[in-house]
Amino acid sequence: MAPAIFDEMGLSDQEVRTAYRTLRDWLKETPTEILTLRREEAETFFRRIGITFAVYGEGGDPERIIPFDIIPRILEAAEWEQISAGLIQRVKALNAFIADVYGKQEILKAGLIPAEQVLGNETYRPEMRGLEVAHNVYTHIAGIDMVRVGPEEFYVLEDNCRTPSGVSYMLENREITMRLFPDLFSRYNVAPVDHYCDDLLHTLSSVAPRHCEGDPTVVVLTPGVYNSAYYEHSFLADQMGVELVEGPDLYVKNDVVYMRTTQGALRVDVIYRRVDDEFLDPSVFNKDSVLGVSGLMSAYRAGNLTLTNAVGAGIADDKAIYTYVPRMIEFYLGEKPILKNVPTHRCGEPNELAYVLDRLDELVVKEVHGSGGYGMLVGPKATKEERAVFAERIKAAPEKYIAQPTLALSTCPTFVNEGVAPRHVDLRPFILSGKEIRVVPGGLTRVALKEGSLVVNSSQGGGTKDTWVLRS
Amino acid sequence: MLSRTADNLFWIARYMERAENIARMLRVTDRLSLMPSGTLGANAGAEWASTLIVSGTESAFYEKFEEATPENVIFYLAFDRDNPSSIRSCIETARRNARAVRTALTTEQWEALNGTWLELPAWDESRMRGSGLHRFLDWVKERSLLFHGATVATMLRRDSYYFTRLGTFIERGDNTARILDVKYHLLLPENVEVGGGIDFYQWASILRAVSGYRSYHVLYKEGIKPWLIADFLILQEQMPRSLISCAADIKACLDKLAEQYGQRHESHRVAGQIYSQLCFGKVDDIFGQGLHEFLSQFIEQNNRLGHEISRSYLVG
Repeated sequence: MAPAIFDEMGLSDQEVRTAYRTLRDWLKETPTEILTLRREEAETFFRRIGITFAVYGEGGDPERIIPFDIIPRILEAAEWEQISAGLIQRVKALNAFIADVYGKQEILKAGLIPAEQVLGNETYRPEMRGLEVAHNVYTHIAGIDMVRVGPEEFYVLEDNCRTPSGVSYMLENREITMRLFPDLFSRYNVAPVDHYCDDLLHTLSSVAPRHCEGDPTVVVLTPGVYNSAYYEHSFLADQMGVELVEGPDLYVKNDVVYMRTTQGALRVDVIYRRVDDEFLDPSVFNKDSVLGVSGLMSAYRAGNLTLTNAVGAGIADDKAIYTYVPRMIEFYLGEKPILKNVPTHRCGEPNELAYVLDRLDELVVKEVHGSGGYGMLVGPKATKEERAVFAERIKAAPEKYIAQPTLALSTCPTFVNEGVAPRHVDLRPFILSGKEIRVVPGGLTRVALKEGSLVVNSSQGGGTKDTWVLRS
Repeated sequence: MLSRTADNLFWIARYMERAENIARMLRVTDRLSLMPSGTLGANAGAEWASTLIVSGTESAFYEKFEEATPENVIFYLAFDRDNPSSIRSCIETARRNARAVRTALTTEQWEALNGTWLELPAWDESRMRGSGLHRFLDWVKERSLLFHGATVATMLRRDSYYFTRLGTFIERGDNTARILDVKYHLLLPENVEVGGGIDFYQWASILRAVSGYRSYHVLYKEGIKPWLIADFLILQEQMPRSLISCAADIKACLDKLAEQYGQRHESHRVAGQIYSQLCFGKVDDIFGQGLHEFLSQFIEQNNRLGHEISRSYLVG
């Protein structure tokens, strides 16, 4: 029995929800040709600015545009208040958890999370034990993936505590929407998002190492132009007015990090790194890495450097750890979780495994360490053969999989080939934690452009939308 | 600023300038090849071979092609990815560098470079004779000028700007010297007197290549005379593509960097030396020494200056 799908606009004139009334009228009075024209303009704009994500080694155009859907998604002020309170609460707990597992390990001692799930986890970095970080913050920039299934019902699908990307699309989507539809935009009272990069710089500066007096030197570390999110790295560095560096631009001497400049060496205090843990320092992690900087970890341990996000923050966004987040919130904050988790079955536990294998046709199965929509099975959409093949993979290594019920993701009006039609969406807001915690009102809405599809990942045919949070 | 960023800016400007100058050279060559066939005598086609020498691509070209036919030369200089100095390679390299230093470029500069790169594939390589070639070469020149214009009009006057401009002027000086040197390499048919009809067309074409045909007449109010053209392209500071003008611009950029950084390097000395030699140079002496020898020496010195700039700032 398929649960009813919630459309955020409302599928008929009688049902149309308040926030969408103006948009609905506007859609009715705007001819399809105009929408098509605007969509082409948007694409030209993205190409010209070079807002692309790079996909190398698959043939075809290596620099692709993530399809942009021109119809904005709208959230009411009250809805956002609830979401943002939930996000702040959740990220506080995640940071407390990371600090704990690299410190006193109280949550493990209390027996709330099995110790081996944490200490034996691939993402756990023993190098971080006992290292003090500014304001006890580990995940300075977090992206929390959420879905909605009803007017009041939001679920967190996944936490991204390492190097979440997509915020540049949130900002550029707003830019382009204001450019394409100034009249529609002005009919609404939309909370601005443009101060995100100022907030980001504030956050990064607020966690500078102790020796820093005055403005710390902040840089963005990118793996380089071949990285799929390179545009975003350059965009953020640009908006913050800081240098965008690659590994070879930096070196470490006497536990201090320097960058090579036209005036000689310049000390670096805070690195917003978009390079994964494994590649950060070839002298500690992956020896073959050319993306990192040798000696970075020892500078970090010596307290001469802040890495954002902290090394080892990935322990909090592991899909197996995800199931414990509500417990973390209660344990560290003594609060009831505002945002719900999706009920999740850990295949590593024998009776859960049996349950999952029994109901593969109803469940979504994900690899614990997978991302980007790869390595996952959407049971109801898969063929019998696909499910059989996947079942064997699960049996071979059950601890590597979790399963969740297929949620009836909400839909939003989307401009596709057939015209304006409902398509499934998710939402990734971004939470900044430093001396204080900030959330910009908005986020990245991803939309599955194929009819009925639930996969919103850009690598699998998903697009993005501008997300409007209305002011009260 | 990051040394890598400065290096990238320097080379973006060099590659855009190079693309423009290759386009200018091809334009001249094509024009020369249109001269009435009688006047060129047995040596018809020599101008295409000379273009390869001038652009410094001769030996690599003959590794790939047997003969310097117009088709081969145009393809090699305009579109061949095997030639790192072809117009296509220059545009692609400049855009690749630009992508790596997006943050150091203004939006206008980026759009000029990215737009050029986006439009490039639309040009049909198989239709590059006659007006098709002219349209393409004009487009290249326009795009390069757009980039220069964006640079001058939108960039903050600080280190990043001066490194970009240094790339332009180092490359431009080199290229003007090479274009002028065409004369040496373009072998005249034996039976044609120097100073005859062909000679006139060749010198006039050089002026056209550097957009100096009208300027020359404004300044000298005389007909086409080789020593005046040499004076114009080497020693005339009012002529923005002349060697002395490039040397003066390079020196000014380096002085601004010294001012901002409070530090001088060997590159400042070399730049000063080149500039003062040109300041006190006389066209009679240049012809006495031999125009070709003089130009070869300049190209070498200019090259050395490029290395020194790199050593002072760009390798970090």
